Amino acid sequence: MAAAAHTTAAHTRCGHLDYLLQLADNALVLGQRNAEWCGHGPVLEEDIALANMSLDLIGQARLLYQHAAALMSDGATEAVTEDALAYFRDAGQFRNYTLLELPHHGPLAPGAAAPRDYATTIARNFLYSALMVLLWDALQASRDAQLAAIAAKSLKEVHYHLRHSQGWLVRLGDGTAESHARAQGALDHLMPYTQEFWAAGAAEAAAARDAIGVPTASLQATWDALVNDALRDATLVRPPAGGHVSQGKNGVHSEHLSYLLGEMQSLARQHPEATW
Amino acid sequence: MADALCPVATDRMMRGAVATDIAAIWTLLETVTDPEIPVITIRDLGILRDVRLQDGEIEVVITPTYSGCPAMNQIEDDVRAVLQAHGVTARVVTQLAPAWTTDWMTEQGRSRLREYGIAPPHALAASNIVQFAPKKIAKYQEPVTACPLCGSQNTTETSHFGSTACKALYRCLDCMEPFDLFKPH
Repeated sequence: MAAAAHTTAAHTRCGHLDYLLQLADNALVLGQRNAEWCGHGPVLEEDIALANMSLDLIGQARLLYQHAAALMSDGATEAVTEDALAYFRDAGQFRNYTLLELPHHGPLAPGAAAPRDYATTIARNFLYSALMVLLWDALQASRDAQLAAIAAKSLKEVHYHLRHSQGWLVRLGDGTAESHARAQGALDHLMPYTQEFWAAGAAEAAAARDAIGVPTASLQATWDALVNDALRDATLVRPPAGGHVSQGKNGVHSEHLSYLLGEMQSLARQHPEATW
Repeated sequence: MADALCPVATDRMMRGAVATDIAAIWTLLETVTDPEIPVITIRDLGILRDVRLQDGEIEVVITPTYSGCPAMNQIEDDVRAVLQAHGVTARVVTQLAPAWTTDWMTEQGRSRLREYGIAPPHALAASNIVQFAPKKIAKYQEPVTACPLCGSQNTTETSHFGSTACKALYRCLDCMEPFDLFKPH
């Protein structure tokens, strides 16, 4: 399916599509990851909140995949569908940030298991929604009118997500000794992965050049201010930057993505013609 | 045939007929309600955006509330079913821009929600909820939500997320009843 787009040899179009897929994959992977809390939330209200936010994210992903599929189908012999993009690409073809595919707990020794940790969930949602309120806001001015429309819709939703995760980050960080330690641990674990937001990416650069996207790095100062402000309220310490910069958006993922996709894609792959 | 003999008159007649059709379709669609909150119609919700003639075909334009609203497919089917039952064939198109807002909800819709036990959304136009600034989010004050059951303004938010994407959970501190708020969006 991606081949259809690339045979046009129009790098502009590839950059455009890859950029849409990056946005879509981010939303889908985090939506799927957070949906793991469905039926397992720490309290009923949080269970519902996480499911609601997953629904928003998967909805955003669908709009973006539908848009990308329509662009890919234009002039192609075989129509590309949103399902093909979500269910029939492998981990190496996904363009999501590595941050979003990580499990709901810190790093473990090989073969070890750990229960889901809500502080990890909250810290990740906070770091990502703080980026997305800025990115969706900027993308409202995209030259791609459909992307601009999706951005305007998503912006409203991600405001709720930021409010939710920021509120909980402050409650956990400024809560008990246990909740503080876990929130700080989650932040120490996840913050290095946010360096990927600002790292160079071919799709982002191409999309920004064509005024379809915005250079994510241009949002960094505002993101820093927003994050630092919340961390101060939460009495959490921001870990120093540095170390490995993950490369999920360039298709190099952690081992966790394949497991997540395995669960998400198995039904569609076993019954590719199924309708309901 | 008359069509061939008098194209101008036929055209005028057809345009009159189409105008009537479109008005009639709006009326037919008054019966389509939201699948999850059946007391409110899709027109009162602001989901039904337009009925128009496009390339000789009737086109019904709807817009989703939230990106992931699972009711959208159902609404599309319901619109088509109501029209088909009256012998009207129409295309249903989904349009994203401008993004749906609860400010489009009609007064009738708001009062029906209240009677049903759901607090209607506050007007958003003058508020800052969709504008971004770190400090504004931290300091944003929720407007007062009156209990739809007893009218008291002494209420509190239990959770910003409820049984559907468009609702928040509230509790009245006077009559002690829990209730939903249709979130301003």
